[in-house]
Amino acid sequence: MKSKFLNSVATAGLVSGVAVFGSTSAQAEDLTLCWAAWDPANALVELSKDFEEQSGHNMSFEFVPWPNFADRMLNELNSGGKLCDLMIGDSQWIGGSAESGHYIKLNDFFEKEGITMDDFIPATVTGYSEWPKGSPNYWALPAFGDVVGWTYRKDWFERPELMAEFKEKYGRDLAVPNTLEELKDIAEFFQDREIDGKKVYGASIYTERGSEGITMGVTNALYNYGFQYGDPDSPYDLEGFVNSEGAIKGLEFYKELYDCCTPPGSSDWYMSENIDAYKSGQVAMQMNFAFIWPGVEVDPNVGGGKSGYFPNPAGPGGHFAQLGGQGISVVAYSDKQDAALEYIKWFAQPEVQQKWWKAGGYSALSAVVEDPGFASSQPYAQTFLDSMAIVKDFWAEPAYASLLLAMQSRVHNYVVAGQGTAKEALDGLVEDWNEVFEDEGKK
Amino acid sequence: MSDPSENRAGAISPKPSTSRFRGISDRALAWTFVAPTIVILLAINIFPLIWTIYLSFTNYRVNRPNRDVDFIGLRNYERILSDSDIWITMQATAHFLIWTIVLQVLIGFTLAYLINKKFKGNDLWTTIIVLPMMLSPAVVGNFWTFLYQPQIGLFNYVVGFLTGADPSSFSMIGEVALAPWAIVIVDTWMWTPFVMLICLAGLRSIPDSIYEAAECDRASKWRQFWTITIPMVLPFLMLAVLFRGIENFKMFDLVVQLTGGGPGSTTELTSINLKREAFEKWRTGYASAYAIILFVTVFGLASIYVKALNKVKER
Repeated sequence: MKSKFLNSVATAGLVSGVAVFGSTSAQAEDLTLCWAAWDPANALVELSKDFEEQSGHNMSFEFVPWPNFADRMLNELNSGGKLCDLMIGDSQWIGGSAESGHYIKLNDFFEKEGITMDDFIPATVTGYSEWPKGSPNYWALPAFGDVVGWTYRKDWFERPELMAEFKEKYGRDLAVPNTLEELKDIAEFFQDREIDGKKVYGASIYTERGSEGITMGVTNALYNYGFQYGDPDSPYDLEGFVNSEGAIKGLEFYKELYDCCTPPGSSDWYMSENIDAYKSGQVAMQMNFAFIWPGVEVDPNVGGGKSGYFPNPAGPGGHFAQLGGQGISVVAYSDKQDAALEYIKWFAQPEVQQKWWKAGGYSALSAVVEDPGFASSQPYAQTFLDSMAIVKDFWAEPAYASLLLAMQSRVHNYVVAGQGTAKEALDGLVEDWNEVFEDEGKK
Repeated sequence: MSDPSENRAGAISPKPSTSRFRGISDRALAWTFVAPTIVILLAINIFPLIWTIYLSFTNYRVNRPNRDVDFIGLRNYERILSDSDIWITMQATAHFLIWTIVLQVLIGFTLAYLINKKFKGNDLWTTIIVLPMMLSPAVVGNFWTFLYQPQIGLFNYVVGFLTGADPSSFSMIGEVALAPWAIVIVDTWMWTPFVMLICLAGLRSIPDSIYEAAECDRASKWRQFWTITIPMVLPFLMLAVLFRGIENFKMFDLVVQLTGGGPGSTTELTSINLKREAFEKWRTGYASAYAIILFVTVFGLASIYVKALNKVKER
């Protein structure tokens, strides 16, 4: 099955290359693509060599580490900089970038090239491409599907002595948790336990304060306990939704998980710290975006069947997971927009998207993820599919940064610093967000 | 008959500028030389300051160029001065500022006093002591985060070794009670050598003859210290306090690298908070008002301090 999948990708890639660039005789350009510095970016560099070969354009890349990515790139966009011709910007930037004219609108281009958003996973179109949300105005092509999920030490879960002890203590099997409460039980079970002569801990979760870390983590608990961003009928009415009883319980749950079951010193951890803790054998489970899974699979310490994957477990208020991922846009200040559009046209092809998945990038094209061979193509592929089916995203408003920083501050103050109560934190968040929306003239 | 030496002097002395730049007066020539500096100063210092003052009365956001900019009077100033979160950051800054200065002055002066004594290896020790201040704050912040790691950090290990506490039982940068001290310790480690160098300059500027005269008068070492050393080093010490005070009021890089302002907002100093308002939330008008308030505060305090410093020097 795997080799068949590979052969079809290779053949299709060759055919599509000829079809797309056969008639291209445009002037060769030096294009710069801007993105975060992480594993998928390296995969994209490799993938883009095909584009260079076929188009004659030269690709350069500007990758910035995640904690500084938004700062650096939003500065670039706000100053009308010409550094980036193509931008794989975070999903929350779409509103601001569309309204401020940083990205060019892609509707006409899509129509001309026969690219339709119906071919992409709906959640990624809403999350990465549309502004205003729910309207057919597209500012990006879904480029990299991502979602928060969990990685666990399958080899530890399968140890007979641990299985027996867990069953005796909790009355159920030591297995992938179905609910957040079950996840906490497992984390508690592993906390401070000695495994192979080394002290280990329950779980590493997002707690980072500076950029977006703790928000990307806590929402996985909040959503599933009943938190909503606002009244579904009146989106900027927050009272009773952001600080509902369920939301308060969700925030309390996240703090309990942080207090009971995380490694000491994990007060400012995000993606890379969680990866390090997991790969070094410190934790039984880690919360992280799906992009890390290909790296886990090939890791000498935790790869090769030692790890398993599961979607964010359900809570009493629903079953959701925090959406990650990005779309690829053409920067309005670029002098090479035609060549940049050429790149997007090349990238949107089903064959290139299949190669993208194979290289470690999560394609958002339905044809790729719905391929019969997809779910079994990697150990984490089914978890990715299950997770993408339950995604929910943070605000993508033009003022998203103010909304995000307010949440970072309120949540970190409660969860990590232990100041005040969950209710006070969420009431404060409602106040902060109301102030932002009043400033924006939306209330 | 004229003196030949006078003629020689006349031959080598510069000709009046008017003869070299015919048609240009001395005053015009002076302005020609000074003008570029004044233009640059106006362009990069004065104009931005005036522009910032103007922006502080508006709701301008640099990331929203298409939005109307409204004049909102003193609204930004009102919001800042009545915002309890801002006062929390002010308190965090005051804690950081006071304790770093106190510790750096005490330790810096003590080190300078010891280094000032003649002993073997004096130069080597001086070089070793000043090494931390030669490092980049980002590097210092980064490696201290490792030193503070509860599981593998050397700092926790040493504290555990000395006190018998479990090294992983406390997190210097993750606990509300410890984090403010964690940043004070690192800044003190890094910048005490700077204070030491200034104090050393002060100590070495005291003529030996004064101590010799005191010896003749049978003044004790203790009395010499309080009546000669301290008064003569005081202007230098005050200068060091001024430099460290201004630097630490705008402290950013080291603390961002160490704690990112956390846990919660425990170590969010005003400069970090201001940066978040200006370049993460993009509230340009609000951040301009915030910057003006900080500028006036620092400028006011520094002016009072400099007056006090001058009085001490005049004594």
